[in-house]
Amino acid sequence: MSVVLDPTAEASPAERTLLGRPASIEGLTVGLLDISKPRGDVFLDQMEAHLRDRGATVERFAKPTFTKPAPADLRYEIAQRCHVVIEALAD
Amino acid sequence: MLDWSGDNSEQKSVVMIRDGLVAVVKRDCPTCVLVAPVLADLADRTDLVVLSQDDPDFPEGVDGVVDDTDLDFSWHHDLDTVPTVLRFEAGEETGRTVGWDREQWEAFTGVTELGTDLPPWRPGCGSLSVDPNLTDELAVRFGGSVLRSRRIELAALEDEIEALFERGWTDGLPVVPPTEARVLRMLEGTTRAPDEIVAVVPPDLVECTVEKVAVNAVMAGCRPEYLPVVLAAVEAACTDEFNMHGLLATTYFSGPLIVVNGPLARRLGMNSGGNALGQGNRANLTIGRALQLVIRNVGGGRPGGVDRATLGHPGKLSFCFAEDEEGSPWEALSVHRGLEPGVDAVTLFAGEGVRGIVDQLSREADSLARSMAACLRTTAHPKLVLGFDAVLVVSPEHARVFREAGWTRQRLIDELTALLTIDGQELVRGAGGIAEGLPDAFAAMTLPKFRAGGLLVVHAGGGAGLFSAIIGGWVSGQGGSEPVTKEIRP
Repeated sequence: MSVVLDPTAEASPAERTLLGRPASIEGLTVGLLDISKPRGDVFLDQMEAHLRDRGATVERFAKPTFTKPAPADLRYEIAQRCHVVIEALAD
Repeated sequence: MLDWSGDNSEQKSVVMIRDGLVAVVKRDCPTCVLVAPVLADLADRTDLVVLSQDDPDFPEGVDGVVDDTDLDFSWHHDLDTVPTVLRFEAGEETGRTVGWDREQWEAFTGVTELGTDLPPWRPGCGSLSVDPNLTDELAVRFGGSVLRSRRIELAALEDEIEALFERGWTDGLPVVPPTEARVLRMLEGTTRAPDEIVAVVPPDLVECTVEKVAVNAVMAGCRPEYLPVVLAAVEAACTDEFNMHGLLATTYFSGPLIVVNGPLARRLGMNSGGNALGQGNRANLTIGRALQLVIRNVGGGRPGGVDRATLGHPGKLSFCFAEDEEGSPWEALSVHRGLEPGVDAVTLFAGEGVRGIVDQLSREADSLARSMAACLRTTAHPKLVLGFDAVLVVSPEHARVFREAGWTRQRLIDELTALLTIDGQELVRGAGGIAEGLPDAFAAMTLPKFRAGGLLVVHAGGGAGLFSAIIGGWVSGQGGSEPVTKEIRP
């Protein structure tokens, strides 16, 4: 981690804020990213079923390896195809 | 003895001193290695404590060497040499001896027969606490920061350069990450206090400190010695006369052009010669860029935001050069504009891109002036007068023609003004089959192309080439921008 000095008038927050949460996921496309840890797919299968019950379309993605950040192309694809991403990590 | 608490969060030395002798050494110093047996001897015979700057296992034969690899003690006690032996009484330093000098060491420690097998004298080596590669980091760590800017932590996985792009802080080219150490180093380029207000920067009308200018100067790639020029440029740009807000907001092409005069320009290695208006010189490029980054980041002026330029021009990244004063037939531009000779100065002009004047045949001043006038008439539009200023950059080969004719700068301006006094019938709407032009009421008048003081003449360029250049202005005068000349203060 490195620290830099803010070159601006500091009128906006230093941290980039998250978008607001949607009131409902009905009709939205939700991306589920499998980070490729063993049995992660079992958990995500359950998640997908629950999300479909709530009216969401589900798209599944997987990282090539859990040891590295998701490739830029994969992140771009998720951003293009999904309204909502559930980002989580479990072990 | 010493009590080593190891807490670096305090802005003072953490080494608690009791009375006695302290020696500071490093393994990477031949003199320290030479005197290692002496230190072991002294540690046996006195209360000497040894601190090591680079290797706590050195010197061998001394028990309880104190680790000063973070240089806390060394920095706070202003060591510049190792070995240094210090004496403390009642917690205060009462003396020190540097390097190895047997007589001095014996007198200082009160112990005789020291290192009798060693040469009597050896100079010491530089203390790591004054290593030029470390001093900036140590100043950040121990100096008690004077900097007020918000600290932005970049995540470990973020590429620094990419992170600065993503935050919208760049002009489209990579910037140097403005770390605290770099900004402190930049601030050494000026005597002005970091919290001094330099200007109120448009369009957001933000009070801009010396520190914020320094942050952006780091990002632009400036060296610390350029900072006074950047500060003067920011001051000049943010005056009412220069009207940076309007210049930024206009749909016209222009951006701030900086012409630097005075001996400082040569000391900074600025280019006033071949390719002076082009690429390749760090000072020229980064000084102009720093001004634009201040406008962008501090003032909030960005293309597509307040900057509404239809086309812009490449010099809006950076547009800065020095006048060639040594080779000039004339006094410096800054002197022509009222400053004393030898005074360092910036002149800001609301400039569009560069257009060339080719005249390879004129050997008479009158002929060359006519060429220049014909080209100058096209500034903005051949039928538009009095609305736009211009800078005429006269190259050395063209300047030679005027020198040989004995023309002063004012004579050239006067001759050009006379040549560019135009019959209103040529200028009115519809004349020449061109709708653009002045209202019919001007048809009976003769009008000068440039208002008084609206044509600036600068000498710059390489030794070969019968080419000069025009840098057209934006709306001139009180309704637009006045050129502004400011002294550069250290």
